[in-house]
Amino acid sequence: MARRVLIKGNEAIAMGAIEAGCRFYFGYPITPQNEIPEYMSMAMPKLGGTFLQAESEVASINMLLGAAATGARVMTSSSSPGISLKQEGISYLAGSQIPGVIVNMSRSGPGLGGIHPSQGDYFQSTRGGGHGDYRTLVLAPSTAQENYDLTMLAFDLAEKYRNPVMILGDALIGQIKEPVELKSYRKKPQDKPWALTGAKGRHGQILKSLFLADGELTDHNWMLAKKYKSMEKEVRFETYRAEDAQLMLVAFGSVGRILKTSVDILREKGKAVGLLRPITVYPFPKQAVRQAAEEAKALMVMELNTGQMVEDVKLAAECACPVDFYGRPPGSIPTPDELAKEAMKVWRKRGLK
Amino acid sequence: MSAKPKLKQVFDRPKSLKDVPYHYCPGCHHGLIHRLVAEQIDAFGLQESTLAAASVGCSVLLYDYFDVDIVESPHGRAAAVATGLKRAKPDSFVFTYQGDGDLAAIGTAEIVHAANRGEKITVIFVNNAVFGMTGGQMAPTTLEGQVTTTSPYGRSAAEAGLPIRVCEMLSTLEGTAFAARVAVDNIKNLKKAKAALKRAFTYQTKGWGFSFVEFLSSCPTNWKMTPEEANARVGKEMADYFPLGVYKDVRAN
Repeated sequence: MARRVLIKGNEAIAMGAIEAGCRFYFGYPITPQNEIPEYMSMAMPKLGGTFLQAESEVASINMLLGAAATGARVMTSSSSPGISLKQEGISYLAGSQIPGVIVNMSRSGPGLGGIHPSQGDYFQSTRGGGHGDYRTLVLAPSTAQENYDLTMLAFDLAEKYRNPVMILGDALIGQIKEPVELKSYRKKPQDKPWALTGAKGRHGQILKSLFLADGELTDHNWMLAKKYKSMEKEVRFETYRAEDAQLMLVAFGSVGRILKTSVDILREKGKAVGLLRPITVYPFPKQAVRQAAEEAKALMVMELNTGQMVEDVKLAAECACPVDFYGRPPGSIPTPDELAKEAMKVWRKRGLK
Repeated sequence: MSAKPKLKQVFDRPKSLKDVPYHYCPGCHHGLIHRLVAEQIDAFGLQESTLAAASVGCSVLLYDYFDVDIVESPHGRAAAVATGLKRAKPDSFVFTYQGDGDLAAIGTAEIVHAANRGEKITVIFVNNAVFGMTGGQMAPTTLEGQVTTTSPYGRSAAEAGLPIRVCEMLSTLEGTAFAARVAVDNIKNLKKAKAALKRAFTYQTKGWGFSFVEFLSSCPTNWKMTPEEANARVGKEMADYFPLGVYKDVRAN
């Protein structure tokens, strides 16, 4: 029987990673994700693994690149400005097709910003983030349990697609303490013929992203594009009281979590309001949004930023219904009542009954 | 009838080097340095257990020449990538091969901390006092007064400071176990370079710690010199400012 423990969201990520076989962690301190390196520094030596506090976020993502190139399961974690520093390395991981798990327990910006919960990193996370035409799979948990479960999934997806996978949370998702069921990881390790293990019985292998010969880089980019397309089958989302919704709220991560209570408040008042919560924000649940746009009278996106995911929702809705937006810049966490009131404004504006 | 003379092969391509022509310019020292490194890989029997971190610069195409497992590193990050390789595969022989733009400019944080941690890796540092691949811009190791495409009036100490002596700097760190500066401009120096490399390889294979070999190298193309002139400059101007020798050998005696 799975063990149930009361832990912080960040600890759930560290424990999920270890359960999934991650034995190499490279990181650098930054709030609000410090429980991850702290947990790893305690656990890894006991497991015969490696915890290394690097000189920078830049160094840590490149240590990940080196260790992951040998086929090991490797993780790094940081928060927004630290992720900006890692983006060069993430681009190289994508270009060289080296898997790795990167946790972004994001904070508010721009610049040094603050440590409040924020979803200002949606673009940085879902648009590749670094230079070049690439994508990373991005998982957006909303509970400590999802942190644990999705971290295990992140390692599987990273290896399946030989691609970096990002876990996108914020201070609320990382710092919240709640019960987590510690399920066992059961997947068998995959063969990794691409891994650098020494040229034994074969010629030397290369992992690289530089392609100078005529047409080579074009081919490489098309191959990657096909791979990103094939990732669409990994789409994950949750719906909540969505069946007959006239107004469908769309939100991810911490806001998605708060909105469940808002939906309950509105349902008690007899308003047919539902929630669609993307769990993968790349690939984005386009079909689910499109279907909601056809079935509901209006969509409303709520984010802890001034409007980022709303662009994906509008693209996916393809004008099948109006898309409204409520954004909360960093500084405070909205209450379920506040968000219910914002939803009611749209309810009235769109003349819903 | 005279007996056929018995022929003994005394020179060959190291087996960890591929049988392909180098893209390096005539008179460039990369080819010689590649060969010296490959000779040690063969001599220590490491071809099957070597993991290399290539860097960005002229030697980015390292993987076209060495028949060992190689991962490309972002500019300046080879020491961090090598740290990951070695931590994940501690029984492998891990080396980086970096130029002065890569190691002494953008990669200073990574090299200093890898050395300070005493990572059990070997770093081959090729110092030709210029950014070669990008067309001859000023590097941190460019000599005072040296004309480059970004120091058209000569490097000014007032504006750009004086060249960084990486070997000396890294030797101050407790984690650095072996550090030497060598050159391949003549046979005598080449033999010393070979000995330094052998020592560096010994340090890693014995698990003694971080080993570092800096090669002073020529760059005739970007120095606007003939190969002979460039070769002579290595032994004179370069070696005057960057003295050759073994700077640290903690297991000596």
